[in-house]
Amino acid sequence: MRFVDEFRNADQAHALAAKIAGLCEPGRQYKLMEVCGGHTHTIYKHGLEDYLPESITLVHGPGCPVCVIPMGRVDDAMHLASNPDVIMTSFGDMMRVPGSNGSFFDAKAQGTDIRMVYSPLDSLKIARQNPDKRVVFMAIGFETTAPSTAMTVLRAAAEGLENFSVFCNHVTIVPAIKAILDSPDLRLDGFIGPGHVSTVIGCRPYEFIARDYGKPVVVAGFEPLDILQSIYLLMLQLAEGRAAVQNQYTRVVPWDGNVVALKAIGQTMELRPYFEWRGLGFISHSALRMRADYARFDAELLFDVPGVRVADPKACQCGEVLKGVLKPWECKVFGTACTPETPIGTCMVSPEGACAAYYNFGRLNRQRVKEVSRS
Amino acid sequence: MTAGHVHAAGQEHGAGWVADALREHDALVAQAEALPNPRDGRTKGSPQPLAGTVREEQVLERIDRARRSRPRVKEQRINMSHGAGGKATRTLVEAIFLEAFRNPLLEPLEDAAQLHFNGSRLALSTDSYVVSPLFFPGGNIGDLAVNGTVNDLSVAGAVPLYLSAGFILEEGLPVDDLRRIVTAMHDAAAAAGVQVVTGDTKVVEKGKADGCYINTAGVGVVEHHAALGVAQARPGDVVIVSGPIGDHGITIMLARGELDIEADVTSDTAPLNGLVAGLLAAAPGIRAMRDATRGGVATILNEVATDAGVCVVVSEDDIPVRPEVRGASELLGIDPMYVACEGRLVAVVDGAEAGRALAAMHAHPLGARAAIIGHIADDPAGIVLLKTSFGGTRIVDLLVGDPLPRIC
Repeated sequence: MRFVDEFRNADQAHALAAKIAGLCEPGRQYKLMEVCGGHTHTIYKHGLEDYLPESITLVHGPGCPVCVIPMGRVDDAMHLASNPDVIMTSFGDMMRVPGSNGSFFDAKAQGTDIRMVYSPLDSLKIARQNPDKRVVFMAIGFETTAPSTAMTVLRAAAEGLENFSVFCNHVTIVPAIKAILDSPDLRLDGFIGPGHVSTVIGCRPYEFIARDYGKPVVVAGFEPLDILQSIYLLMLQLAEGRAAVQNQYTRVVPWDGNVVALKAIGQTMELRPYFEWRGLGFISHSALRMRADYARFDAELLFDVPGVRVADPKACQCGEVLKGVLKPWECKVFGTACTPETPIGTCMVSPEGACAAYYNFGRLNRQRVKEVSRS
Repeated sequence: MTAGHVHAAGQEHGAGWVADALREHDALVAQAEALPNPRDGRTKGSPQPLAGTVREEQVLERIDRARRSRPRVKEQRINMSHGAGGKATRTLVEAIFLEAFRNPLLEPLEDAAQLHFNGSRLALSTDSYVVSPLFFPGGNIGDLAVNGTVNDLSVAGAVPLYLSAGFILEEGLPVDDLRRIVTAMHDAAAAAGVQVVTGDTKVVEKGKADGCYINTAGVGVVEHHAALGVAQARPGDVVIVSGPIGDHGITIMLARGELDIEADVTSDTAPLNGLVAGLLAAAPGIRAMRDATRGGVATILNEVATDAGVCVVVSEDDIPVRPEVRGASELLGIDPMYVACEGRLVAVVDGAEAGRALAAMHAHPLGARAAIIGHIADDPAGIVLLKTSFGGTRIVDLLVGDPLPRIC
C-alpha cells in the first residue's frame, strides 16, 4: 500500500540498524526518550526494538494524551456527564480511563448519555440534533488536538450554537519535557521529538533542550522507519558530540509549525497558571483553558464542577513510568493487578500508553523470541 | 472529596476493586516467592540483585500465572466490551455461563457442541444477530443469521441440515424490510442446502430493540471421524486462513455512516459448508477449524495458543488483507487481525497435509485467496507471535474492549 509500505521496508531497516550499531561506542549505554505515545505504540507494534543493539534503551515519555489526565479531572467529567441535561462527547481513548468511580464506559452502561466521537465537530452535529440538551465535549490532548477543539468552538460561535461547550483538558508538551529534564531521577542522552505536536508548534520550541541541556532532539514521524532513522540521527549527533534540533518528519512538520492552527488556539484558549498531570503533579503553565471571550463555551464555568483533587491509588506507578524512570514491567502491579481489562493507571488504558503497548505487544522475552523466529 | 459530588472510589467495579486487585497481586507475588528460582536455584527473595532480563522474565512468569488464574467478572454491569468477542467476552462466558452450565459437552467452548445419539454424531449450535445497520453492502441481517449458524456447524466438522429462526421485532419495523430480510434468509438457506424448520416471533415496544434481532440455532450431522478442536493443535502444524480478512467488520463500520469514509468493500458473508467439505476430504488429519467472526483472526489464534498450550507464529506479510480494508484500518487505527469476518475460516492442519489442504481451499471459490499464515511452535506456550512486515516480532493478544480508533 502506497505511503505505508515504503516506511516499513525491512531491507532499509536492516541497513539503518547496521549504521546505528556502528555508531555505538563500546561500553557506553545510551538512553533515548521517545516523548510521544504514538511512537511508543509504533515501536512495540512493529517490534522495532529487535533492530537495536543492547546498549540502546528506549525510554517511554509522557506524550500520551489520555495517560496524563489526573483522576480528579475524570471524576469532574463524570460529574458533568451525570447531569440529565447533558450529552457528553468524548474520543474513544478516553472511554476506558478509570476515575475513582469507574470509567465513561461504566457510566454509559448505567445509562449516562456519553457518546464517542471521531472529531469534536461531530459534537456540533449532536448539539444541533438535540436542541433541548447541552452537549459537552471532553477535550483532551496536546497541541495536536487543541486546534480541532479551537476550530469547533469558533464554528459554534459563528453558528450561534448555544447548547455546546468544552470541558477543556488540553495540555502542552514543552513544560512536561522540561519537568523531565529537571527531574533528578533520569539521565537521558537524547529525545525522539513528538511528530504530531510539532506539525502544530514546529521545531523551534525544542531549541532550549539542545541549547540549555545539551541534548539532541530529532522530531520523528510515526512509521517504524521514521523512528529508526531518527535514532540514527540522534546517534550520529552523539557520536559527533553535537546537540541540535533536527527534523526527520519534514514531509509533515514545518520548522515554524502551523500558524493558522496556532492562531485558532490563541484566539480561543489561554494558558492556565498551573495544571495537575497524572503522576507528574502540578506543572505551571502546562495546560489550556477557554479565554474569557469564549466563556460561554467553557463547561467549567457553565456547570458546577467539583474540581476535587483525587490521589492516584498508592500502588500505581504511572508517574515513574511517564517520566521514564521505570520500565512498564518494573511497576509493582504491572500485568497482575493492573491489566488492560482492569487498568489501575492510565498508562495501561490508551493504546499509546507505555504499559498497554508493552503488555499488548511486547510482553515477551526478546532472546527467546529470536530463537523462535529463526525456527 | 466533597460528599454528594464524588462517590466512594471504585463503586462501579465493586467496592474497593483496586484493593481487591492488589490483594490478588500480593497473593501472586507470595506464590512466586515460595517457588524456587528455576534459573539459579535461589529463592526469589534473594538479596542478590538480579540482572534486568532475569527480573523481566520473573515478571513475565507472574503475569502468565495471573492470566491463567480463574476468570472473574469484576464489573458490576454489562458493558459493550462484554460483547466484543475479546478478553471481556471470554471472561464473561467462562465465569458466568460455563460456571453455571458446566458439563463435558459445553466445556470445550467450540463453535458447536458434539452430541452422540444412537451411534451417530450430531452438532448443535446457536447464535444471535443484532447487526446495525440491518442492510449493508453485500448482505443483510437475514443472510448473516443463516450463514453464521451454518458456519458454526461446518467448522465443527458437521454437515448442516436444519435451522430454527427466532425473531425479536421492534414495533414500527417496516414489513417490507422484514420481507427483504426473510427472503435473504430463504436464499441463504437454499444456497447452503439447509432448511428453516421451526421458529418464533416476538414484538417489543418501539425503543426496546433496534428494528430486528434474529436468533438461529442449527443441527448438523458429523460424518468426519477425527476429533476437531483448537486444543488438538501441535508443533509442526500450519495455520491457514481461507481468504482476505476483515471485510465484514470494515463494511459494517463504514455502512454506519459515522466515519465519513467511503471504500469499495462488501461483507464477506457466505456459507462455508462447501469449502469445509472439500477441506475435510483433502486433509483428514485436520486439527481444528474456526470461523473468524467477532474478535477476528487474532482471537482464534489466541484460543489455539491457550487451549493447546502452544505458540502460534504468524507472519504479517502472509496474512491476506484487501487494500481497501487495510487502508480503512490504517486510517481508523484498527488492526484487521481483530476485525470480524462472516465467511472466512481459520484452519490448523498437520504440516504434512498443508499442501493438499491449501489446494483444496484454492479449488473452492470462497477459498481462492486462502493462504498459509503461520505455524505452531512449542515455546513460548500460550502466546501468539507476529513477525511484522517491518522485520520485528510482537505479541498478538486478545482484544480488550471494542476496537476503538486512536485519537492521534
